[in-house]
Amino acid sequence: MGTRVALFATCLTDTFFPDTARAVVRLLERLGCDVDFPAAQTCCGQMHYNTGYRAHAVKLAKRHAKAFDGYDAVVAPSGSCAGMVREVYPDLHRRTESVARRTYELSEFLVDVLGVTDVGAYFPHRVTYHPTCHSLRMLGVGEKPLELLRHVRGLDLVELSGADSCCGFGGTFALKNAETSTAMLADKMTHVLETRAQVVTAGDNSCLMHIGGGLSRLKTGVRSLHLAEILASTEEEPWAATP
Amino acid sequence: MGRNPVTWLGSPTFPNAARDALSDVQLRGNLAHATTTIRTKRAAAVAELPDWQRLRESGQAIKDEVLSNLDSYLERLEAAVTARGGIVHWARDAAEANEIVLRLVKEAGASEVVKVKSMATAEIGLNEALEEGGVSAIETDLAELIVQLGDDRPSHILVPAIHRNRSEIRDIFRSRMSGVEDLSDTPAELAEAARAHLRRKFLSAKVAISGANFAVADTGSVVVVESEGNGRMCLTLPETLITVMGIEKLVPTWSDLEVFLQLLPRSSTAERMNPYTSVWTGVTPGDGPRKFHLVLLDNGRTQTLADRVGRQALRCIRCSACLNVCPVYERTGGQAYGSVYPGPIGAILTPQLGAGTDDPQTAALLKSLPFASSLCGACYEVCPVRIDIPSVLVHLRGKAVEGTHTPESVAMAAASWVMQSPARFRLAQRAASVLRLISRRGKVKRLPWPGSKWTDSRDLPAPAAETFSAWWRRTRG
Repeated sequence: MGTRVALFATCLTDTFFPDTARAVVRLLERLGCDVDFPAAQTCCGQMHYNTGYRAHAVKLAKRHAKAFDGYDAVVAPSGSCAGMVREVYPDLHRRTESVARRTYELSEFLVDVLGVTDVGAYFPHRVTYHPTCHSLRMLGVGEKPLELLRHVRGLDLVELSGADSCCGFGGTFALKNAETSTAMLADKMTHVLETRAQVVTAGDNSCLMHIGGGLSRLKTGVRSLHLAEILASTEEEPWAATP
Repeated sequence: MGRNPVTWLGSPTFPNAARDALSDVQLRGNLAHATTTIRTKRAAAVAELPDWQRLRESGQAIKDEVLSNLDSYLERLEAAVTARGGIVHWARDAAEANEIVLRLVKEAGASEVVKVKSMATAEIGLNEALEEGGVSAIETDLAELIVQLGDDRPSHILVPAIHRNRSEIRDIFRSRMSGVEDLSDTPAELAEAARAHLRRKFLSAKVAISGANFAVADTGSVVVVESEGNGRMCLTLPETLITVMGIEKLVPTWSDLEVFLQLLPRSSTAERMNPYTSVWTGVTPGDGPRKFHLVLLDNGRTQTLADRVGRQALRCIRCSACLNVCPVYERTGGQAYGSVYPGPIGAILTPQLGAGTDDPQTAALLKSLPFASSLCGACYEVCPVRIDIPSVLVHLRGKAVEGTHTPESVAMAAASWVMQSPARFRLAQRAASVLRLISRRGKVKRLPWPGSKWTDSRDLPAPAAETFSAWWRRTRG
């Protein structure tokens, strides 16, 4: 038996992007991990915390810590949800310190814990990578996702200009300051289109939902896709576009 | 009237002001160009120093030491300034500070004063107060002059006219200066016009007014850091010098200054060393002003200091690095923040300095400011004194929604209740799947308010036919 890993799917991915979570399971099992999905998980409380509802966030943090008790590692396909647990939880309640220490964003877990950069993936498409703000600045994942992408066979990686600029999502910011958020999105989409990539990828489905939502509205034909789905794709079982 | 006029009275909330600013094509072009340039230069200047992170930590530590013993450092400063022939005044708020300065100017028999660029005097609206008292104040910093002559408001801490390009500046100069009908928009000609205009004022002014970047508690020395030399003209030529300084601008000793004189220029103008650093200690017979007044300004700083999380905003050295990297500021410009402190630092400083206002419109603006951020964290990364701006923003959001009963607070409470139980969450997921009925090819194109805030510009993916947790239960459970 390999490392006992709990998948922290995140409420958004569970509801809107089940393919991403399935890809994480497939990828981690391929790399020898024993993956479990604790059924008690719901939401980490990030939306409440970031919008100013700290008391609700504390409640959700405590129950999140309980849901993931007893696993060697907790892996999330999200820099911002992993960042919430690791960087914010310890300030909310001391009972969350253990889960905070054991929580990883997917690319960190692959590179730092499993020690792999070549996950045996195959993805014959032109791809650009958007480093999401929380993975970049809160967790400091740095080059890890790019390292993983560089080892994917068939993948043509194109650099995104202005990559480290926020896409404008920002949780409730996208609603409370919708016009400013959209202005930020417009510039991000311009940069994505300049790369002539077929796929824009990132480590967070929230940011991808924003960028992809804009690209889809403008009928650009550019697809947003989570990093996990690219890494899970192999020659035997290649990624297939679902509408 | 609000107790602390930190904001411009009558300013709309941030989202409303931003909406107007975003539609100004010229403004967005000017800002994108200017912030991108200065951002790249700063990154290069900072990369030259191998000990940058340790310098930031030192800057933070020195400021924290001052803030936690502010009372004794202020008394030390007062004693040192007084011993060297300066006169110290204490101002609780903007009104008191303006009253003191107006009285001092009148006592000096002046009806015109020259000014060194200063955030503290802009914060308290000193120019307007002097005007009402019959004294005209002339801004001598080039960008401040552009703002003043254009009857405009500043939009940046360091470069208050950053929202203007050179052809707009030429038009302002042509309409407000004499003898410049043929002025072109080349930077050299514009600078020369401003130079000729200001030189006359420097030579005739009896009183100068400045702010202060730093003051050394041990020696009573006051420091002004600037790039043009116009500040130094003001600080040395007139007979009387009046300095208005926020009480948080102290450093304990001379050797502490060396940290900030490295941090500030690289962060603000991307220069290795600041061009004009003026330092004076009280008065020196036969050299410079004969009278020196130091007005120590509170104006909401003490109440900010009382907040354990929010007080770190008082470490700010007004470098503007956070503005230049902020994706929100880059799109909306500074005026949307409704105060002389725009950008990320404004979003945490203005609501704290202005807290307790009794003007409802100002209160609404102050509450909207902490939400003017996507929490991307770029500001924290560049801040030379390590102000954790995202955390303070979140803290102030908490204060803004505390005790409110709004559709949002009800929705948040409901979401929290749902998420307390996996069973309720599963039900909510099933309920959300009704969105599939109004979706086309997996995309929701249009939702009623507040969902329209999203779908006005973005498609929303329809919830999956089978959630991941349902799939897991079915296949692995």
